Amino acid sequence: MRRYALILLALLWAAPAAAAEAAATPWWVWPAALFAVSFAIGIVGVLAGVGGGVLFVPIVGGFFPFHLDFVRAAGLLLALSGALSAAPALLRSGMASMRLAMPLALVGSVTSIAGALLGLALPTNVVQTALGVTILAIVLLMWRAKKSEYPEVPMPDPLGAALRLNGVFHDPAAGRDVQWCVHRTPSGLVAFAGIGLLAGLFGLGAGWANVPVLNLLMGAPLKLSGGTSGFVLSVVDTSAAWVYVNRGAVLPVLVAPSIVGVMLGAKIGARLLRVVRASTVRKIVIGLLLAAGARALLKGLGIWN
Amino acid sequence: MTRQEDRIPHEQFVYARWLDWGTRIALLLLVATFVAYVLELTTPHVPFDQLTRIWSLPVEQYRAAASAPAGWGWLALASHSDYMNYVGIVFLALTTIVCYLRALPLFLARGDRAYALVAAVEIAVLATAAAGILGGVH
Repeated sequence: MRRYALILLALLWAAPAAAAEAAATPWWVWPAALFAVSFAIGIVGVLAGVGGGVLFVPIVGGFFPFHLDFVRAAGLLLALSGALSAAPALLRSGMASMRLAMPLALVGSVTSIAGALLGLALPTNVVQTALGVTILAIVLLMWRAKKSEYPEVPMPDPLGAALRLNGVFHDPAAGRDVQWCVHRTPSGLVAFAGIGLLAGLFGLGAGWANVPVLNLLMGAPLKLSGGTSGFVLSVVDTSAAWVYVNRGAVLPVLVAPSIVGVMLGAKIGARLLRVVRASTVRKIVIGLLLAAGARALLKGLGIWN
Repeated sequence: MTRQEDRIPHEQFVYARWLDWGTRIALLLLVATFVAYVLELTTPHVPFDQLTRIWSLPVEQYRAAASAPAGWGWLALASHSDYMNYVGIVFLALTTIVCYLRALPLFLARGDRAYALVAAVEIAVLATAAAGILGGVH
């Protein structure tokens, strides 16, 4: 595990120097480097349960020569392709609830369009600085966040009850069916409005925020929250991705190797899940996000270009 | 223990099936068109040596420098190896809309008007974003 993290750090260390001479570097070096970094991000992302987008945007935006507009678009498409690939199995197994996801995804997709439009309208240094601050806030959230396997929901709220946000899912690890329902649905909708805005603005994907809101705020079981988060993400990111696609902010040379790299890395990561200690991975991801967040902040403030 | 078919609504299974196929086709298209791009099977609209000089520009300046289109203007350039990649990317982004369109009549058939409305509004939001109506694409 440490070997993968060291390879990733070495690649990142070399990137700014190469980026300074980007025009002189043969073009094929960049997709090859993107593939390598995305592959490592795919492994680490799965092991830490954060998805690829939240790591991809600050790392590639901070250490590669592409403009942040293109990196954010690639981040959204990368998170989108991962979520779309995982969603069918999660929906079929009942680990994701379409019923729970749809109202939240609707609110999130409206605000993610607003976020994408805002991100493309704001000056780059402002977006870069805000990205740095957001990533550092995510580090804090990851560091302090608690989880609850089966949260207690004393009584569903009226809106959640009217929308019938409840069901039964089978937990294969526990070997039993779990009845679930949610509460604080209006607060959940407001939270997903904020998450959608950030997803569109920074191209981050949003698994890092979806799961705590579903699990800790709304009271959905942890595994169902993880699966449903992927479904919500697939809708929210689609909306924002269209804004970037229509602006012509999609560079195939950036998007394709990143998507393939992350998806292959995620497959390796899934195999390593059984043998790697979650706490070690968590520390590595927090370290990477800390470095990438600080780099984004310093780049945005014009201190380290 | 309840049967899986009883626990999971029918529309969720249907959505999953359509999503599965849509994503597979999109990713296949994405990889195939990228291989064609890298091998320069057709001429790219933006040559690689120019691309490395302008990919650090904000998107509006990039488009001006590359004479690159916005909105659905890429369709006119789809024979070029770089814009050919948009086929897979757009297919990926269309998959969710198609799946919602498939789920909508299932909600209506079950008399679930609230979720039919949620699905219809979501389709409208996604279609508006896809059409490029928002954001002054020009």
